[in-house]
Amino acid sequence: MFFHFIDTMKVKVLSRNPDDFVRETKLDIQRVPRNYDPTLHPFELSREYTRALNATKLERVFAKPFVASLDGHRDGVNCMAKHTKSLSTLLSGSCDGQVKVWNLTKHECVRTLQAHESFVRGMVVRYCGTSFFTVGEDKTIKQWKMEAPGYGEEEEPLKTILGKTVFTGVDHHWKDGVFATCGQQVDIWDEQRSSPIRSFTWGVDSFSSVRFNPVQTELLGSCASDRSIVLYDMREAAPLKKVIMTMRTNTLSWNPMEAYYFTCANEDYNLYTYDMRFLDRPIVVHTDHVSAVLDVDYSPTGQEFVSASFDKTIRIFRKDGSNSREVYHTKRMQHVICVKWSSDSKYILSGSDEMNIRLWKASASEKLGVLVPRERQAVNYNQKLKEKFQHFPQIRRIARHRHLPKLIYRQTKELNIMKEARRRKERNVRKHSKPGSVPPVSEKDKPVVAVVQ
Amino acid sequence: MANRSKKKAKKERKKSAASKSNVIFDDEDDRDLKEGDENIISEEEEEGDGDERKRQKLLEAISALGGKRKKKFGERSEAAVQMSEFTVNAQGNDDKIDLSDLLGTMEKTPAVSTKTKKQLKNLQQGKMTIESPISKQASERIQRNLAFQKAAADVSRWSGIIRQNRKAEQLIFPLNQEPSGPKTMEKIVTGWKAQTPLEQEVFALLSANNQPINDPILTPAEEASLKAMSLAEAKIRRAELQKARALQSYYEAKARRERKIKSKKYHKVHNKNKGKEFLKQFEEMVKTNPAGALEELNKMELARMQERMSLKHQNSGKWAKSKAIMAKYDEGARKAMQQQLELNKELTHKLTTSLHKDEEEEKDAAEEEVMPSFVNDAEQVLDPSNPWMRGKLSEDLAHDENVVVNVPSVVAAAPENTAEEEDEIVETEEETLLREFNSRRKLRQGENPDTGLVMSVDDKEEDHEAAADASELEEQELSEFTNILKGLAHNQCDADAEASAGNCDTQLDKPHDDLELLDQETVTDEAPVQPHSAPSTNNPQPSTEKEGKKRKRKRGIEITKVLTKETNPIQVPLIPTVQETEDTDEKMDQRCLIKEAFAGDDVVSDFLRDKKKQEEEGKPKVVDLLLPGWGEWGGIGLKPSRHKRKRFRIKTAPPPPRKDQHLPTVIISEKRNRSMSSHQVNCLPSPFENHLQFESTMRSPLGRTWNTERTIKKLTKPKVVTRLGAIIEPMAQEELMKDQKAESESSVASGKKRRKNNAK
Repeated sequence: MFFHFIDTMKVKVLSRNPDDFVRETKLDIQRVPRNYDPTLHPFELSREYTRALNATKLERVFAKPFVASLDGHRDGVNCMAKHTKSLSTLLSGSCDGQVKVWNLTKHECVRTLQAHESFVRGMVVRYCGTSFFTVGEDKTIKQWKMEAPGYGEEEEPLKTILGKTVFTGVDHHWKDGVFATCGQQVDIWDEQRSSPIRSFTWGVDSFSSVRFNPVQTELLGSCASDRSIVLYDMREAAPLKKVIMTMRTNTLSWNPMEAYYFTCANEDYNLYTYDMRFLDRPIVVHTDHVSAVLDVDYSPTGQEFVSASFDKTIRIFRKDGSNSREVYHTKRMQHVICVKWSSDSKYILSGSDEMNIRLWKASASEKLGVLVPRERQAVNYNQKLKEKFQHFPQIRRIARHRHLPKLIYRQTKELNIMKEARRRKERNVRKHSKPGSVPPVSEKDKPVVAVVQ
Repeated sequence: MANRSKKKAKKERKKSAASKSNVIFDDEDDRDLKEGDENIISEEEEEGDGDERKRQKLLEAISALGGKRKKKFGERSEAAVQMSEFTVNAQGNDDKIDLSDLLGTMEKTPAVSTKTKKQLKNLQQGKMTIESPISKQASERIQRNLAFQKAAADVSRWSGIIRQNRKAEQLIFPLNQEPSGPKTMEKIVTGWKAQTPLEQEVFALLSANNQPINDPILTPAEEASLKAMSLAEAKIRRAELQKARALQSYYEAKARRERKIKSKKYHKVHNKNKGKEFLKQFEEMVKTNPAGALEELNKMELARMQERMSLKHQNSGKWAKSKAIMAKYDEGARKAMQQQLELNKELTHKLTTSLHKDEEEEKDAAEEEVMPSFVNDAEQVLDPSNPWMRGKLSEDLAHDENVVVNVPSVVAAAPENTAEEEDEIVETEEETLLREFNSRRKLRQGENPDTGLVMSVDDKEEDHEAAADASELEEQELSEFTNILKGLAHNQCDADAEASAGNCDTQLDKPHDDLELLDQETVTDEAPVQPHSAPSTNNPQPSTEKEGKKRKRKRGIEITKVLTKETNPIQVPLIPTVQETEDTDEKMDQRCLIKEAFAGDDVVSDFLRDKKKQEEEGKPKVVDLLLPGWGEWGGIGLKPSRHKRKRFRIKTAPPPPRKDQHLPTVIISEKRNRSMSSHQVNCLPSPFENHLQFESTMRSPLGRTWNTERTIKKLTKPKVVTRLGAIIEPMAQEELMKDQKAESESSVASGKKRRKNNAK
């Protein structure tokens, strides 16, 4: 009877397949069973919002962009050059004619040489990284070896070219042994010759900078003192086109990933990004500086660029953003004259009036060094969260908040008031004149005076 | 002063506008001129030694003082790199040099041949001049323009890549990285040499058997097989195969899906289509294969019979019931009902051959016919207030009037039925029997809300729920007998108690009829479309009786039971609008028109319903915070303990009274939360076009709490990836080559396809 009962009774036992929870080897990752049923994990939006808020706050907490200051120059730093092959090498030229070569990892000066009598106006490293060119106010172009001279050897240039006029800038072709200088005219030089193979003039003006296009390597752009930007093709006998703006352009920088875009730093506190095919209107106007913009350099990824200004700040802009995403300043940094974005796109270098070169992180809160995978995932996730919730007012407020020196803060406000007043006046003029006689002019159209063919 | 400056500003603006509108050409000419002048002056200064020159200069200066200032070009004295073209002039008498001046000496020189002399003379006589060459400035401008166009075209080649990179989900820098995956065999093999004796032996064997060692990795046979089909061809072939496979799977999936579709409507439509096709085929078959067609015909007949026998279209199914309820509100449902009824009529219609038969059969048929007509009635009085819903308005009217007039004499189950049997004034016994059946059936079906009577419920009750309708109907039906009793008592008729209890006599029907009449009247009261309220008031039926019935009705139906909701005090303003129907004819006509136009929608009641809904939402609710599996076992079929349920079911506190509590015509939304609004997005961000887009991006969570590992990896992929310590070179020309190659390949593939299509 009893046995019969046992026969029919079903005994339920907890049984699990060990394959579901036992690792094959000790090195395997622990299996974490998860149930993605959304009912078990409610409030996803609010939870992620909190996470995004925290991520944004933490980003601000960890935003410490300043890495190092390189001191040693005895006069203001006037120009800098990135080494084309070595990330840790930087060259800088100062207003007293000295050139210094820096080791960025050690934060020390490796080599000092008296290159010119007065200002070092321009400097560029040859594409192969074995030598570099400097131009100075003493009307010379000098080519130097990258390696320091051996013991007992004298510091001597490889080659010196005596020019007739002062040179204000130099840039090297990205692939050939050709370089360009600017002064009273733009000259194209063959490295093997002592006279220019081509020189471009267009009216009477002096040029402040010349840059080769890194993608379409035969193209050049230069900024002239008659408020114009002139484009050249190295192969042609004549310049291509000229755009005259309301104020002078100090430098320009080509986008290294997008062949026909360049950004120029203007005296009117703004930067303008142009499409070289359509010069009659800039594509983006980048505002935010409160004084003349002196230098601009693109990130090697072509997504962002950095600008140095007379207002003692550095600003980072997205290539299509009209306002800066970041502003760097320190108490001791004076007018920033030159700026470079390192070729691994992680650092920014700025040379300023008070003889120092500063090393900054390109993204202020990024952790330096190698990230373990979990860290990387967390960073990526937080980044996406910030992106997703960027339009929420609280998050936007925190993300946008930057501390500014009082002077700049006040000036920004003042400029805004002025801008508003101007706009109001324009509006009033339009209101009180015959309809259609005063058409509204876009902000993008205002800086361009004329395009000259 | 200020005025002037303003004017100036205006002028300048105009100028600038003009200059912007058209491209400026350079004005180098005068600049060069100036340059030339400066040059001359400097040169002249340099050469100060010659006394004669000095004198000349002085003279010139003096002469210039007296006369008009004329631009004088200096003499070229020294070789200079830069020399203006404007300085060159014809020195001497300031006369134009003629050709004859030059040719004068030629006559004298004997060395010149006579032939050339002749030619020169001819030339002298000829007046043709050569076109002057284009100016330097213009030619340079042209040159620049051409160069610019060339450069622009050159640079535009990159636009494809740039666009592509802008759209790319992820950009990895440096661009030209070596792929980290497995390398090709060739690469590995070329940098490797046989070292061990075994390897050497193997290689010796290979070389002896004419097998390739490093460079061509493939054997000749393999290579031949590879060459048999080019890569592009293979790709096309594979794409075709893939497409075929995909299509097949789509069809399979589609068939599976269709089989699983529960929608009856879908299947109905599907079957209809099938039927149509079948009919077409059948017609063809009649021509080609009459025997087969006959067989098919038989089959069809059989199917029809079967359907007729079944209760499919008898309006007793679940669907029909639900449709009957919905018919009031939903036009689609009404239509569906109608269709169903038509189908039923069609199916139950006796074939003409069977009409002339025995009387017995006829009787059966009559009974059968009672049913459909009864059902059809329902459809006719779907919405009594809406004339468009009635199939035959005028006819109905006539019938109704007839009924009203004939009330004392005619005894009918329903006014519609009487309409059908209008001509039969004298009733036969059979008919009374039939009616008896009818009424019984009604009694039976009274429980079902979908019978025809539901439709005749008056307009007043339309606002209430269907359930309420049904219950009232029930009441109505049940109170029939009590009505009869009451009516008897009131009228002091000669009806007996037996008649009222057992036999459904004329007496029994009379009060029933009255009831219907009452219904009719209420209907007419509210539906101005039927302007025959006058006859109803002329009705000889005593009003006291009506009142009595009403009273009875009230007693029979308890309002609190029927109307679960409290009556709405706000409905008061509605009443005048209803009462206004008793205005003059003109107004009524207009009203009719408006009502006809807005037959479907009732704005006021919609508003009230909305408000009520919002009020309901604001009421305190029980929040169940219970999470399964916390502290005890969870799973399917397991219920958390009572204690827990009690603990985690939280009743929220009632909110403060609504602001629109005493405002009947206003809804004040109280959803906005001040403390929350600072966290909410208050305007649409720029890249989005409408709020739905934005909300959709917000909806999907990113975290690993909600997503699987792979999804997370995909979702949180960073836009730009850079490697630590790697120099990122600018974009190289090779990228362009790659892009062009890919493009050309794709174009070749498409071209081949096109060719193939053409061949087809």
